[in-house]
Formats: sequence, structure tokens, C-alpha cells
Amino acid sequence: MSDSYTVPKDAHGHPMNLQHHFDTPLQQFESGKMGMWIFLMTEILFFGGIFCAYSIFRAMHPEIFHYASQLLDWKMGAINTVVLICSSLTMAWSVRCAQLGQKQLLIIMLSLTIALAGVFMAVKYVEYSDKFAHGYLWGTHYTSPSAHDSKEGHAAGQEGEHAAASSAVSLPDSPEPKNVHLFFGIYFFMTGLHGVHVLGGMIAIGWLLLRAVKGHFGPGYATPVDAVGLYWHLVDLIWIFLFPLLYLIA
Amino acid sequence: MSSADTHVHDDHEGRNYLNYPRGFLSWAFTLDHKRIGIMYLVAVLVAFFLGGMFAMLVRAELLTPGKTIMDADQYNIAFTMHGAIMIFLFMIPAIPAALGNFVLPLMLGAKDVAFPRLNLLSFWVYVAGTLLALYSLAVGGVDTGWTFYTPYSTTTNTAVISVTMAAFILGFSSIFTGINFIVTIHKLRPKEMSWFDMPLFLWSTYATSIIQILGTPVVAITLLLLAVEKGLKIGIFDPALGGDPVLFQHFFWFYSHPAVYLMILPAMGIMSELITCFGRKRIFGYKAIAFSSVAIAVIGFLIWGHHMYTSGQSALVGTIFSFLTSIVAIPSAIKAFNWMATLYKASVRFETPMLYAFSFLWLFLIGGLTGLFLATMATDVHLHDTYFIVAHFHYIMVGGALFGFLGGLHYWWPKMFGKMYNQRAALVGWLLSFSGFNLTFFVQFWIGQNGMPRRYYNYDPEFQLGNQISSIGAFLSAIGFFFIAAYLIHSLVKGKKASANPWGAASLEWQTASPPIPHNFSEEPKVMFAYDFQQWELKSEEEGYVLRDSRPPDDGSGEGRG
Repeated sequence: MSDSYTVPKDAHGHPMNLQHHFDTPLQQFESGKMGMWIFLMTEILFFGGIFCAYSIFRAMHPEIFHYASQLLDWKMGAINTVVLICSSLTMAWSVRCAQLGQKQLLIIMLSLTIALAGVFMAVKYVEYSDKFAHGYLWGTHYTSPSAHDSKEGHAAGQEGEHAAASSAVSLPDSPEPKNVHLFFGIYFFMTGLHGVHVLGGMIAIGWLLLRAVKGHFGPGYATPVDAVGLYWHLVDLIWIFLFPLLYLIA
Repeated sequence: MSSADTHVHDDHEGRNYLNYPRGFLSWAFTLDHKRIGIMYLVAVLVAFFLGGMFAMLVRAELLTPGKTIMDADQYNIAFTMHGAIMIFLFMIPAIPAALGNFVLPLMLGAKDVAFPRLNLLSFWVYVAGTLLALYSLAVGGVDTGWTFYTPYSTTTNTAVISVTMAAFILGFSSIFTGINFIVTIHKLRPKEMSWFDMPLFLWSTYATSIIQILGTPVVAITLLLLAVEKGLKIGIFDPALGGDPVLFQHFFWFYSHPAVYLMILPAMGIMSELITCFGRKRIFGYKAIAFSSVAIAVIGFLIWGHHMYTSGQSALVGTIFSFLTSIVAIPSAIKAFNWMATLYKASVRFETPMLYAFSFLWLFLIGGLTGLFLATMATDVHLHDTYFIVAHFHYIMVGGALFGFLGGLHYWWPKMFGKMYNQRAALVGWLLSFSGFNLTFFVQFWIGQNGMPRRYYNYDPEFQLGNQISSIGAFLSAIGFFFIAAYLIHSLVKGKKASANPWGAASLEWQTASPPIPHNFSEEPKVMFAYDFQQWELKSEEEGYVLRDSRPPDDGSGEGRG
């Protein structure tokens, strides 16, 4: 916080944006930030549970993970990794803009972050529809790659033919182990949960964008941008773990 | 802490947080931690009533072997709903969210918790979870037991998905409360108050919050996995699809064992307040009690495996869990010994809250010591899934957590509502519930040790006497609880007006009026060590205690201000 900046005050001489139960803006800022870090801790434990399940199943059935990860398209995953890292950059830039009061640049950076998140979800959608088309699904919905050599996999929807034709994934040459569907159960659960967090992040950044347009943020008050930024970096970080763990096994 | 100048309008005569502002919406959208605490209190008491009714159904059914009032499927639903409602809707939020919300900021001399809006959201999320739980009940309930063990939970036709989702939603409410309390204690504590000046209730609330934020997310993901497993058949817990049902048990108990401490730790915090206040003696071993709370929270995370001695885990793993489980007895015993040392040569007053404190000491002692039988693998294999377990954890949950909650409720009642209840009626209520409770559960140690399994609908005739004693005890304690509710509600209407500090306690919440004004303190409270009873002296004309050599505390009626 810069010393030269004067905090905007209301009619009673009370700093604006300062809630009545805090003494100073600094105390409010520190509380908000600490609360956000604790919330992120709960997020890590939340994902920690499913990472733990992943480790246990991978340790018990390495052959399933080795085989099934080859059915994923690592190029799509790599594109999404780059997209999310870029969005983290624009988010971090947003925080700086908010703190310096650069309104125009803040609006641009927040919009870019939402756009990149949108690209991530679009790539994820293409990947998911490809998996649905091939029947690479969880549990009893799973269809073995050998079952649709004839190119008419029974799990394919309307766009199945198109997606199957455009799929860049070549079939693994090793023989298929038992219970490959377990990998896809974990894959869809992990990436689905992560996707929900990306959507939540897009909503939160959209809210920041609205407030940025109204000119709410400046050197005296940028806590919401800071807090959502922390959340966004965590969502990014979780993907950085998911990518190698799911796509780069073989 | 510059409230006095900006909020002079709070000093209007007779205006307190209960009567200002008025109207339903002013409560539904309130950001005042005291009002949120009161709304939580009403909600958890409704849940307690509901869970208690299921307990009555279970005990009525067990009066005779075979069918008494319901069939076996209905019985399974009744005991499951009893457990799930009591744990998720009552025990977990009861002390932190209801009593804690009310007193925590007051004890810190603060105007509110750090995130008032999050606090309100926590309450409404709790209500949403409760409604979903009630919906599950309306569509037939659940018959899995509150533990939702797979593979039964994924194959039964009852409303498992909606109940687990209800618990999932309730978890958010618990996490929000935990975040709020930790940040409030860190950031809104007055500069003059060190960590070791705080009331011990705050230490135990802090430890509870640690469990809430570290444990709840794990059970959340577990319940989500279970719902997905049941809805979409992903196979992670299904052996037929290559999954592992024991993995569910590990995940479940990783949270649900710490959850036991989540329920008992705040009650231990209340104990520390009651023992010192009604012994009028400085707490013995402040730091030992404070750190033992944190130790219980930490060790609590390492001992979940003692629920699974018979699930096929290796003897080595069992031995390690057995060892760690016995270790958790140490911080619990540290607390018990320090409370007893505090009582040594204390001038004990047997006011109502103190009756509950003494009950807690005895019941927690029995519950804790029988826990050691269960921590030891050899005896546990014999006692596993018998009524011995049921008796043990009810001594902790009811004897510990519920009696702690009732002690706290009777202690802070005058502060919450500004009214005194009838102490003689309270003695009767305590006597009924205490004797009813012991009659119910002590006999269960005996029938459990003799081999009666828990959760069974039917039993051998040799257990009939024990079961009947137990059921009569349960009905007696229900009468006791209704009696308590009756005199407490009566006190709201006809009770004598309470002074600011009727018990002579030294923590900050007693420096404001009873009930407090909307912004808590009309003047900055005098910060002091939480057990510095020398600072307060009895003023019989005020029927309460006032600070020595200082202004009399503001009782809201304007009389006390000089």
C-alpha cells in the first residue's frame, strides 16, 4: 500500500470500503487475505482426497494407468496447460493493475483471463466429446478400443462419427488390461471437478470485471482482485499436477 | 476499537441486539454474529428434537425382541436418521456455530467476526443442507447407518445420494464457520490481549476450527465420490468393478474420527470456563490446557484406523493405530487433571452450569476410560460392533458434548437473553436428564460385553432386561430435556432480569450489558486475563458482579452508568 495515496472517506470521515468491525483498512486486508489462504487450504485437502485415491489405484494397478493414458490426447492437454499458464499471467497482471489503479488495463487483463478460461473449457469440451464418441467412459459405460475397430462404436452420439474421424489418438500397442474403466472414472472425476472450479473462477472474475468497470478498485482497495487471483492460481496449479498425472504416463 | 464515538446511537435506552432492529427480514439478513448465533441455536435445537424423536422410536422398538412398534426396515431407517441428524445437524454445529458465534467476538472485545457475510451464508447453507436432509427423510430416509459404508450404501434403494449431498452441503457451513473463527482470533484480538490471556474456550474453538478446515474437505470429496459411485457407477468403491470398499472406510474415518474431537473439544472449552468461574479460582495449568486442545486436534488426524481393526488391515497397521489412539488419552487426561487441580481448595458454587460441568467430568471419565478398551486391539476384536461401542461413544457424545453444550447454554443464557431461569427447576431438569442418561447407557456396557451386537433389530431374550432398563432411561432423559426446554422458554417471558455479570466471570463478554447492544460494547472493554476474578466484586444490590475501582458495567438500562 502506497503511503502517498489517501484512502477515500465517506461523509463521517470513515474510510470507504472499510467494514465497521475493522479498525484499519490494513487489518481488513490482512483478514481477507488470511481467510482466502485458509479457504485455499481446504481446496487443497478437497482435491487431496481424490489425488490420494489416484495414487492408491495407480500403485495397485499401474498397467491400467499405463494403458489408458495412451487413449488421452496429450497435445490437447499440453495446449490447455499453456492456456492456463497464460491466464495466470494475465490474472497476476490484473492484481497489479488494480493495485496501481490502472482501470483500462485492469479491464483488458480480466477480460483476457476470462477468455483464456473459455478457451480451456472449449478444448476440454472437444476432448470430452471425443471420449464420449469412443465410449472411453467410467464403470460399465466403458467401451474397449478393440470393440470399435469397425468404426461404429455403439456409445457414439450424433457427432460421434465426426469426433472419431478427427481424433488424433492412436491406439496403444500393448494388450488391454482388466478394469481400464477405473482410469476413466478417476479421469472424469478429477477433470470434471477441476472444470467446475474453472467455471466458478470465470464467474468470480466476471464479478471482478463488473466492479472494475464501475471503478471500485484502486491503491486503497484491491483485496477482491487479490483474493480471486490467489484462487485462480490454485486452479491453475491443480491442472499443472493433473496434466502429467493423467496424460504423460506412458 | 473506536466504537464509542461513531456508534453513539447504540446507547439508546433499552435497545439491544434482540429488539433492534425489528422484523423478520432484519433477522434473516442480519450480519450480527449474535443474531446468527441465536438462529443457529434455534435450528440445532430443532434438529436435536428431531434426532431425539428417532432415538425414542429406536428405544421403544427395542423394548421387546422381535417386532414391537415397527418392522426391521423401518428400524434401520430410524437408527440411521437418529445418528445422521444428531451428528451432522446437531453435534457438529451445536457448540461452535450456536454458542461460539454468540460469544467468540464478545470474548475478544470485537464488534463482529472477521467475515459477517460469510457467517450469514454459513447459516443459510446449514438451512439448505437441513432441508435436503428432511427431503431425504420424506422420500423414505436412509438405512445404511450414519457411516454410509460401501458396498451396502451403493446398492440399497434408499435415499443415499440426497443424504450424502445434504452432509456435503452442511460441510460448507462448517468450513465457513471454521475460517471465520480462525481469522477472527488472529486478526481481531485486541493488541493488549496475548494468546495466553484468551479464555480457554477460544483455544478449544481454535483447535475445533483447525479440524473443521482440514477434515471437512476430505469427507466432502468422499461423500461426493460416494454419490457419483451410486449415481454413475464409476466403480472406485465397487469390488465387482475392480474398486475397493475399504478405501471408503479409510476416507470416511479420516474425517469422521477427527469429527469426534470436533464435537468434544468445544465442550472441553466450556468446561474450562465453568470450572474456573464457579470455583472462583484461577485456572490451573493454562498453557497445558491450551496446548492439549491443539494436540488433540493434531493427533485426532492420525488415529482413524482404530475404526477398522476388523476390516482386514494388517496387524502392523493395527498396532500403530492402537499406539497412536492410546496417545490421544494423554492430552485428554492433562485437561481432566488440570480441571481437578483447579477445583482443589476452590470455593465451588453449585449453580446450574456447574452441575453440568461436574456431570461432564464423570461422564467423560467413563467414556474416556472405556475408550482405552476399544483402542486395544485384542479387546476391541471382542467388543467391536457391540452395544459396548454404543455405550462408549454416547458417554463421549452425550455425556461429554451434549452436557457440555447444556452447561454452556445455562452459563450464557443470561447473557444471550438477559433473563435468569429458575435455578430450582434447573436442578430438577439436570437430575432427570443426568440420571436418565446413565440409566440408558451404563447398562449397555453390560449387554454389549455379553455380546449384544449394535444395530440389530432382534435380540436374545437374555438381553431383554438390559434393553428395557435402557429404554426406560431414554424416556426419562427425554422428559428431562423437555423439562429443560420448558423452564428455559418460561424464563424468556417471566424470568428475572439478569445483571451484566451474574456469575462473576472475568472474560470480556461479561463487561457488556445482558443482552448486549447491537454493536456489542458501548465503551471499550477493559482487557484483562480471562481468569482474573480479583477484578470483579459482588454487588448484591445489582445481583451481580461489577469491576473493582472502575465504572460499573453497562447493563443497558442506563442505571449502571455514573
